[in-house]
Amino acid sequence: MEKFEGKAIFKGVAIGRIMFYGKKENIVKRFKIEDTAAEIQRYDNARKESIEQLKKLHDDAVKKVGEENAAIFEVHAMLLEDDDFNDSVHNMIENEEVNAEYATAVTGENFSKMFAEMEDEYFKARSADMKDISERVISVLSGKDTTATFDQPVIIAADDLMPSETVQLDKEKVLAFVTKYGSANSHTAILARTMNIPALINIPVDPSWDGKMAIVDGHTGTFYLDPDEDTIHEMTAKQDKDLEERRLLQELKGKENVSLDGKKINLYANIGGLKDLASVLANDGGGVGLFRSEFLYIGRDSMPTEEEQFQAYKAVAQTLAGKKVIIRTLDIGADKQADYLHLDKEDNPALGFRAIRICLTRPEIFKTQLRAIYRASAYGTISVMYPMITSTEEVEEIKKISAAVRAELSADGVPFGNVEEGIMIETPAAAIISDELAKMVDFFSIGTNDLTQYTLAMDRQNDKLDRFYNPHHPAVLRLIQTVIENGHADGAWVGICGELGADTSLTETFLQMGVDELSVSPSMILPVREAIRKSYAGKDTKSGCFS
Amino acid sequence: MKSFKYVITDPVGIHARPAGDLVAAAKKYSSDITIKAHGKQAGAKKLIQLMGLGVKQGDEIEVVIEGADEETAASGLEAFLKNNL
Repeated sequence: MEKFEGKAIFKGVAIGRIMFYGKKENIVKRFKIEDTAAEIQRYDNARKESIEQLKKLHDDAVKKVGEENAAIFEVHAMLLEDDDFNDSVHNMIENEEVNAEYATAVTGENFSKMFAEMEDEYFKARSADMKDISERVISVLSGKDTTATFDQPVIIAADDLMPSETVQLDKEKVLAFVTKYGSANSHTAILARTMNIPALINIPVDPSWDGKMAIVDGHTGTFYLDPDEDTIHEMTAKQDKDLEERRLLQELKGKENVSLDGKKINLYANIGGLKDLASVLANDGGGVGLFRSEFLYIGRDSMPTEEEQFQAYKAVAQTLAGKKVIIRTLDIGADKQADYLHLDKEDNPALGFRAIRICLTRPEIFKTQLRAIYRASAYGTISVMYPMITSTEEVEEIKKISAAVRAELSADGVPFGNVEEGIMIETPAAAIISDELAKMVDFFSIGTNDLTQYTLAMDRQNDKLDRFYNPHHPAVLRLIQTVIENGHADGAWVGICGELGADTSLTETFLQMGVDELSVSPSMILPVREAIRKSYAGKDTKSGCFS
Repeated sequence: MKSFKYVITDPVGIHARPAGDLVAAAKKYSSDITIKAHGKQAGAKKLIQLMGLGVKQGDEIEVVIEGADEETAASGLEAFLKNNL
């Protein structure tokens, strides 16, 4: 196996045999012409026939790849009407007494060089167009057909692909494009995007590769020649994942999160930083159900300032353009810590000084974060939620601080929006007293990872516990049911943001329990949407509730 | 002789397709029409020359028209540029 790194211009994975697409460059001989007038006439006839061909290609291509990609043929036809090009050919035939093929080849080469030397990538890429038109005229002059044909789907490898060649390729039989030259603006790139097939450039393709097996990974830009079994296996899995994602996107993008019997819920994304926003949008997330704010605090030497935090929260609110963003306040502890906080080492960090316990002990940290969150709320729809709650007293204390922050901002004339306040339900204590907590907050978000760990008294990272660990333990499911019922009894909506929220084998159960929102990693949004759309929310439709 | 200036707003600049349309628009007039940009010039009826100027978004071009129908050509081309480039 050989491995090459190139530049990916369209993502996706292709596995198949290579067809080396050698430029069917006409070998042009120069010879002396006696009757130059007749030779000029021969050129003009070939040029006109080329223009006719191009018009026909344009009409075919409009049907195959759309007007935008077909336009190239119209441009080529116009280029063949260009006075400078034709004058150059005419002059050479007349003055140098050479054959039309030779005059056309030299003219094409000259104009191609002119564009190749231009700075701008777009105009540079036009040098291929100049070669392309001259090749077409030469083929007509010499009565050759330049179209390549092949029976099996192949990975097309070439030094470079001419625009007209790429459009004429049988779309059904091309798995990927791999070229040595080309640019992200080339027609090959545009066509790969339209055809939805992977494409790589800057790969040192060689004619000897013709017929060999290869894999194109358009995610990483890697090209594997003669791949070994392991690589084929790994890449096949990657390809299947792509196909599944693509299928889900096609079927489910823009669709509602609604069950078969008409129950609609919100489906949001869990994110750990600004870098995840693109995938939230790409996967059609309805909002952010858990924005882990720790990324702002970790991996640095000092506390992030209010301004830094404000800018980050504001960017999220603006990017989501009015969709809900639920920011979880600092959830840090002895296990994931920042040195500048000087937290003591603890024997049992999961049960230690962490999250809201730090924030209530050091309110200056907490107030700075809340001020930043409230200020950002003027730029979108922001909610705030507090982690690791165990008592009503904690919530009372938090609400005093958040009220003070609002009062300060109002006094300073700083605008802020209507921020919903919620709490994470991730301790059995909070779940059990959720009836009382519901009176104090706007919403609950159930953190199933910690809730499961604390309820079962099992560390899920400990693989010795595998035989005891049941992620669907009825104790956890009953607590979830209780929390949803208690929340609804006092007007608090209830979501699930832990890993169980993305467990599609439980989606129908959660709907039947009455959950209002699920928040999952961006890549799970569409699979969960699919599960919701196949579920019944009515309790009598299927047994399986735990109350 | 007539001349006017215009700043290109098309994101790719005077690229192939609109350049072809510009040539077609210029060929409607008998006047000599020249486009000047970054110290170079091109005939407005010559596609390869026009593309060879490499005019990008934000570039200012000057259109110089000389001939019998220069008045109508100037207003016609100015309208074309505004609508297409």
